[in-house]
Amino acid sequence: MIALIPLFPLLGFAVNASMGRRLSKTISGGLASLVMLASFAVSVMVVLQVASLAPAQRVVEQTLYTWISSGDFVLDLTLRVDPLASVMILVITGIGSLIHIYSTAYMHEESAPEYARYFSYLNLFAFFMLVLVLGANFLVLFVGWEGVGLCSYLLIGFWFEKRSAADAGKKAFVVNRIGDYAFILGTLLLFVRFGTLDFQRLASAVAPLGAETTFGVLSVATLLLFIGATGKSAQIPLYVWLPDAMEGPTPVSALIHAATMVTAGVYMIGRNAVLFSHAPETMAVVAVIGAATALMAGTIGLVQNDIKRVLAYSTVSQLGYMFLAMGVGAFGAGIFHLYTHAFFKACLFLGSGAVIHALHGEQDIRNMGGLKAGLPITYWTFLVGSLAIAGVPLLAGFFSKDEILYETFAHGHVILWTIGILTSLLTATYMFRLVFLTFHGDRRHDAPAPQHPEEEEPAGHRPAADLHRPGADLHRPAADLHRPGSDLHQPGADSHRPAADLHRPAAEAHHLHDAPPAMALALVVLAIGSVLAGYAGVPHAIGGNNALGAWLAPSFAARSATTLADQAVGEVGEPGAGEAGEAGGEGLELSLMVVSSIVALVGIGLAAFIWLKRREIADKAAAAFPGLYRLLLNKYYVDEVYDATIVQPIRIVSQEGLWRGVDVQVIDGAVNGTASIVDGSSSLLRRLQSGSVRAYAGSLFIGVVLILGYYLWR
Amino acid sequence: MIPLGHYLIVSAILFAIGTAGVFLRRNLITILLSIEIMLNAVNLTFVAFGRAQGNVDGQIITFFVMTVAAAEAAVGLAIVIGLFRHRESLNPDAFTSLKW
Repeated sequence: MIALIPLFPLLGFAVNASMGRRLSKTISGGLASLVMLASFAVSVMVVLQVASLAPAQRVVEQTLYTWISSGDFVLDLTLRVDPLASVMILVITGIGSLIHIYSTAYMHEESAPEYARYFSYLNLFAFFMLVLVLGANFLVLFVGWEGVGLCSYLLIGFWFEKRSAADAGKKAFVVNRIGDYAFILGTLLLFVRFGTLDFQRLASAVAPLGAETTFGVLSVATLLLFIGATGKSAQIPLYVWLPDAMEGPTPVSALIHAATMVTAGVYMIGRNAVLFSHAPETMAVVAVIGAATALMAGTIGLVQNDIKRVLAYSTVSQLGYMFLAMGVGAFGAGIFHLYTHAFFKACLFLGSGAVIHALHGEQDIRNMGGLKAGLPITYWTFLVGSLAIAGVPLLAGFFSKDEILYETFAHGHVILWTIGILTSLLTATYMFRLVFLTFHGDRRHDAPAPQHPEEEEPAGHRPAADLHRPGADLHRPAADLHRPGSDLHQPGADSHRPAADLHRPAAEAHHLHDAPPAMALALVVLAIGSVLAGYAGVPHAIGGNNALGAWLAPSFAARSATTLADQAVGEVGEPGAGEAGEAGGEGLELSLMVVSSIVALVGIGLAAFIWLKRREIADKAAAAFPGLYRLLLNKYYVDEVYDATIVQPIRIVSQEGLWRGVDVQVIDGAVNGTASIVDGSSSLLRRLQSGSVRAYAGSLFIGVVLILGYYLWR
Repeated sequence: MIPLGHYLIVSAILFAIGTAGVFLRRNLITILLSIEIMLNAVNLTFVAFGRAQGNVDGQIITFFVMTVAAAEAAVGLAIVIGLFRHRESLNPDAFTSLKW
């Protein structure tokens, strides 16, 4: 039964990959969406089955077969649904289905084979992601872990004829690989130390141990796992691939780079909550990195001009929140935020996709504005998503983000809490900057022609591995070309964007078609989700019972056959619904909630004031602090620093040392040297072949004499 | 009865004469003749040993050697004629084109 959940998308992938060329778009897109819906249906059934069990026994397992059996080491291919996995599979299949449906409309301008290729990748991604969350041990998880990385690469580089997309795909793959390397090392270390890779057995093995006070095996192993998580979940220092991943189609950004794949790292930490909570050193690192990432990405998001990049940095920032929660031990809160974030971030990304779709590929918010009237569905859903992410009370993001902030404060990390609140302010501000610049005001064409490379956001045309500067960017024709007329087209801006050249009405108004039904459906459902998802975890302080926290709690505790979860929960101190919050908590929680609500509203108000009323303030601020503005616009020059400190040295060592040195000199030298030694000695030896028969006869004779002489007189 | 050593000494002398002929003479026909002398020196050795040991093995081998020598003479003379037609010379030092 459980196996059906990943197998449905795999089936869709197999059909679309093998026969997609010959299928019509309706069939390939419909099939892809149907298998996701089927998978969602099975997931719901499995989760209901899990929910019917007693809280301590909420595990359903299915062992497909023994994968590896070598001496003492036996590894089964086991799928396991526990409360944590159940949340994940519902998010993946549920939101995944919506995004598949959305994609059927969004990608409709592609040719049929491309269309099928797209959906086969999307299904393959869903398959691997489900394997990742269902796997009951590290190796099965790792299969999914690598698989989603592969699909991410394939989908970012979906429009691979475009140089920047291909580069972004490579960058994502390589950066992820660095994290995966650490992840493997961590896995191996755990196996060497505990002799098992099964999550539950590991947790049971670790649970009796005391928390590591010194920097021991567990700390090292969890730290390595966390580095893997930073790669997959885009945290400092490996976050650089995510903003560039926006080169992919927008639904992909929504599905992979916002709602599901990037949460894999958070999920992995939640899955190994027992391990991490026994390594306080690692937890501190996780919390600090999470908070730092949240703040840093938030500040970058404030000045970016590409609609998808703002959302990308917002994703990085929100993932930082999740890691902050994980790091302070609030695993339930982190997963809660993961779950609500999936709704509103998918909603926002799909909304931005609808905007881009309507504007035929325009992504620069300086060229937008006043779209509210033309795109009502998109506007309202986008607004709901923004309100949710900003943390406006009673929407999804409010509950989850407040829980994280409260837990952070309650665990005594006041500095981290301050950073969190600051980020919350930034979140509200940059999200509403986006809303106001995109949908309010008048239609603008403000984006400067890209004559100053450092001012123009190159939109991923400058991955670290690549040296070409965007000053000579060919993807963006001079602004004058489309400024005077009412025509919005940027001919040649991007031949892949939907409908770029298909129809060219004279007036802009005719052009702004709102989201087609399939897209509107996904947007509306996700917007409703963005409002309601939070009610799964209403905290005690305002009369809820934090159902999600209680539901998830057993997953973060060691489970053994004899001792039941109630006891174990207390043992690792599951904080969400536990006693920790109870004591001094509710008053504090309420006051913190008020603070963060005020902060959110202030952020929105600030954005409204600056970008609705007095736009010149923003320009003045930018002019007043040119250094800071430039620093933020260029994303703290992290890509450039990585390029200079890592990429270029590796390139130089590879080129001058490994290629010109080792390969050419040593390896080729050895091969060619052998040949020239043979050649040289032969040129001496061949003088013996004089062609004179008598010389041959003489040497023959002398040889015979010598041999005979040796035997006769030895 | 002549002791075995005498036969062997004669045979060795004949073989040395033949060898010297092969190396020193500049005429292919003479060289061929020298080779025949060497072969016959060997024949003499075989026969001498056969007689000394009282069996006929040496004589049987000698017949084989004579047969081969006859064939060799025929082929050798044919080659000599061919070479002479080609180069108008019987000096083996003139034929050195088979080299690198």
